[in-house]
Parts: sequence; structure tokens; C-alpha cells
Amino acid sequence: MVWEVFRQEREGQPFQHGGSLEAPNREFAEAYAREFYGRRDESFALWIVPREAVLEVREPYVADVFDRDYRRVDGYSLKVKLKEARERAAAAGAG
Amino acid sequence: MNAQLLLELADDELVLGWRNSEWTGIAPFLEEDVAFSSIAQTEIGHARAWYELAARESGADADALAFDREPGEYRCAPLCELRLVSDWARTIARHYLYETADAIRIAELARSDDPDVAGLAAKIQREEAYHVMHAQMWHDRLRGEERYEAALDELWPYALAVVEGERRNELAAAVGREPAEPVERGEHTDDLAALWEEMTTVRRSVPGAAW
Amino acid sequence: MAPRTEDEFRAYVQAGGQVETGDWMPDDYRAKLVKFIEMHGNSELMGVLPEREWILRAPTLQRKLALTAKVQDEVGHAQLIYRVVEDLGKPREAALEDLVSGRSKFHNVFHYPTKTWGDVGVIAWLVDAAAIISQKALLKCSYAPYARIMKKICWEESFHILHGRDVVLALVTGTDEQRQLVQEALDRWWGPLMQFHGNPIPAEDDPMYQWRIKSQANEEARQQFLDGYVPQIRELGLSVPDPKLAKRDDGVWEYTEPDWDELRRVVTGHGPRTQERLELRRLSREETAWVRDAVLADAA
Repeated sequence: MVWEVFRQEREGQPFQHGGSLEAPNREFAEAYAREFYGRRDESFALWIVPREAVLEVREPYVADVFDRDYRRVDGYSLKVKLKEARERAAAAGAG
Repeated sequence: MNAQLLLELADDELVLGWRNSEWTGIAPFLEEDVAFSSIAQTEIGHARAWYELAARESGADADALAFDREPGEYRCAPLCELRLVSDWARTIARHYLYETADAIRIAELARSDDPDVAGLAAKIQREEAYHVMHAQMWHDRLRGEERYEAALDELWPYALAVVEGERRNELAAAVGREPAEPVERGEHTDDLAALWEEMTTVRRSVPGAAW
Repeated sequence: MAPRTEDEFRAYVQAGGQVETGDWMPDDYRAKLVKFIEMHGNSELMGVLPEREWILRAPTLQRKLALTAKVQDEVGHAQLIYRVVEDLGKPREAALEDLVSGRSKFHNVFHYPTKTWGDVGVIAWLVDAAAIISQKALLKCSYAPYARIMKKICWEESFHILHGRDVVLALVTGTDEQRQLVQEALDRWWGPLMQFHGNPIPAEDDPMYQWRIKSQANEEARQQFLDGYVPQIRELGLSVPDPKLAKRDDGVWEYTEPDWDELRRVVTGHGPRTQERLELRRLSREETAWVRDAVLADAA
């Protein structure tokens, strides 16, 4: 049975895929994952998952058909309006 | 804590670690090869620590104690000397029996009046927990296999000699077996001579050299 | 846009594109990829055999630990590599069967005997150095799962070179006898080391390079090795057993042409220790087959 091992390099960091291994059950999978991804003290924590439990999605989202710039940072152009607002506030303050 | 007893501990770990490292590269499957190799390394590391403690009065160094004695001077239990590669059933039977005995022994040493011994035993206990887990994992998996049960029967008398006195009853209870006639320390098996020869061949080739 | 033809795929990988396990690949790419990666796995596994004898003979506890850890890493690398091969469709048992039956290959250096503790130092230092040069080039392999494991492999290999160098330094600063161990080992290993990166195929003619499975030509790797390690060898007062070895003004190393016939003979199974080592693997597999049946056969 193939198990996927995800490892956390340091406390608080995201878990990243480290590799896979062959083991008959959870006990063996844990023993081996510790060895492969921990014996040099290189992982803070591990997630060990049977491969069949992992659902792979290759093209998560079809987002390029219509323009959805409201979902992107570069979809917002504040420069011009900000300049005008500052000028107005400065004029009001001076008056 | 007398030096002779420390040598027993150190020699057990050195010789067993040496035997276990005979499997590195040829274990039954790759994942287990890596795991079992760590166990061998940990044992050698523990041997080194016990030798250093044993050497504290004499001023010798761990390598000198490990490699520069004559075969007859080693105080390891016969269990550790036996050449068991490529028999995985007997290897795991030894692993299971030895780790159980060693856990009992180390627990007692962790309560020693000698602070150096107690301190080292406590450190070793932390690493040994993994060995016990690994041995139990294999024991659970191989139980019932005829060759494994036969191996346990064969090695049980040897295992008893790893510990002394009351600890032998504790060991018997832990593995669910009746006490038997132990194969005691003192007389070495035929397997030790060849082990010593190979273990010391490079070192003896240039006596006194640094490597 | 995912490539769907051989030409699109070639352009895609040559532009730096990578593919994952489930992506479409040309048949030729897949076949060459599996063979290449399998040979790497075989090499890690066979490389263990010359070294493991010396674990038992290590002259200090520290050396014993370091060498055991090195060999352990190599077994670990074999595991990672065979997993990649398995995900490409060839199960580990099939790969191991092909290895022990002689149907598949492993790198030349692992077909030679180790004779002394000097070999231990020279192998860990120089053979591993030659291997790391190739392995670093694989970090950019077009097949992403393999590129990813190469990262872990390269990291672990860096410890091996340090260990090798340490062993060699202890010997060259020791007795005359100990120095001689290193020089004698170097004299024997130089030939195989020079053959290690393969004969100089121009990149345009090397399909492995065209598919970006390898991103470095054979000769480039060899030049990198010489550039990095000849000075290190000479600064220890050791001599390289090639009177023609010299660096030209334009920076290119010249050397006696390696024996390519020897290389071909060795990798096709006729090395001095090939059959003996394959037999050892075959035997140990037979003796432990019952364990795999008892433990790996059924699912949890």
C-alpha cells in the first residue's frame, strides 16, 4: 500500500509533499515516514495519508473565460482617484 | 557502578549493532532497510556512550575499548554474538527479545545512585522507545508464522542472560514465556571469533593510527 | 497550453516546461525516462554493496556510524527513485527482477572491487562528487516528480562528500602506510571515474538532452568534475595517474582518452564484480521473499 508523506519544515509552516512510501498498515507507515523524513531532524511534523485518500484536481478552476478583474489585485486602479481625492482634501484644508 | 557491568552493556550494544548492520543494504525491502539501519546506528551510539562512561576512571577512549581488546575480553551476552543474517525470522526474534530485556535493564539503570549512569540511561530510554515500537510492530506482524515462533523458542534461553536476577522474571512476564535454563555470559559462541576478526582488521593493520 | 504532439512536447520541455505523472508524454520520452530513472535506482542499490563490507571493518565508532548513515541514505535514495519508476508504470518487484537478471543496467563504478579502507575515502569523496555533478543537473529534469526527489537526494549527498574528504584527510595526515592506501586507491579508481559521465555525445545527438531529462552534456559534467577536484587532489600531495592531464589556457582539461570499450563491457554486465554482486542480491532476495509475502502482499 502506498502512503503519501507531507512534512512541515518548521513550526507554523505549511505542510508540503515530501514523497511516498510502501507500507502494509498505519504502524509501519508511521515508522517509515519518521525514518525517511525525520532521521536528520529535518521535519517538525508529518502528515501520513494513504494515497487513495488523496484527491488530485489538475485544473482547479476555469477562470480565464470572462474578465473577473475584481478578483485580482491588479484589477483595482486607485492612483488617479487617490490623487484627485488628496488634492481636494488639501484644497479644503487650506481654505 | 562498576566498570565490568558497564562493559557488559557497551559490548552488548556494540556487538548487536554490528550484527544488525550486516543487514544494511540487503534487508527484506527498502523501507525496512532504512529503518533497521537506524536501529543499528543507535545501538553503536549507545555503545560509544557506555564505553565513555566505562573509561572515565581508566582514561582509555571508547574506540580503544571497542576495538583493541582480545575476543576473550569482551563481556557481551551470547545472544548478541549469533550470526543470524540472512534469516529475518531469527533476526526479528532476537530484536524483539533483546529490546524487551534492554528496556527492563535501562529502566533499572535510570534509577541508579550513580548520576552519570542514571543520566545516560534516561537519554538512552528516549531513543530505545523507538526500538521497542519497531520490534513490537514486527512481532505483531510475524506472530503465528512457524519460523518466527521457532526462532523465539530457540533464542529465548539466550535472551534471559541479557538481564540478571529478578529482572529475568520480569522479562519472562513481559514476553509471556516460562523462565528457562539461560545461556549465560562468560563463554563466547563460535560466532564471535570471525566477527572480531572482521571488525578489527583495518584497525589492526596500522596499530595506534588515527583514522 | 498542454503539449499534445511530440514536436510541441519537445519545444515545451526545451523552453523549461515540466510534466507530472498524469500528463500526456510521447512514447519515446516515457520509455527513455523510465530506463534512465530505473538505471539510477539500480545504481544506488548496487552502490551499496561495495561499501557495506567496510561498515563492518570501520576502524573507529565514528567512522562506523558515518559510513552506515551514508549507505542508509543510498538505500533511501533507491526507495525514492523506484517509487518514481513505479508511478510511471513499472512496479518495484519488476525493476528488481530485471536488475538481478541482468536485463537492466547500473553505473560503471559499482562493478569494481573495493580493496582497502583507502577505497572507502576515495569513493565517498570522488565517486560521490562525480555523481553529484550529474545529480545537480537533474534538478531541472523535465519530469517533475523526479526533479523533486533529486532535491532531497542532492541534500543528503552533500554529507557523503564531507565524510569522504574527512576519511581521506585523516589518511593523508597519518602514517606513510595510510597515505599509500589513498594513492593506491586513487590509481585504481581514476579510470572508472573518467568513464563515469559517459562518452562525449554532442548535445544535439543526445536524446536525453533533447527531452531535457538530462540538462547537461556528458563532457560538460566531466570538465566540471576535473575543474573542481583535480586541484583538491593535488593540494593533498596526491598524484592523478594520467600524465596527459592538464588544463589548457582556454580552461578546458585535456586527458588521456578513457577506455570506452571498457565502459561498454562493464555496463553490459562484464565488470570485475558484476556477477558476484548480482548473485548476492539475487540470493538475499530469495532468502527474504517470504517476508515480503507476509508483510507487503495484502493491503491494510
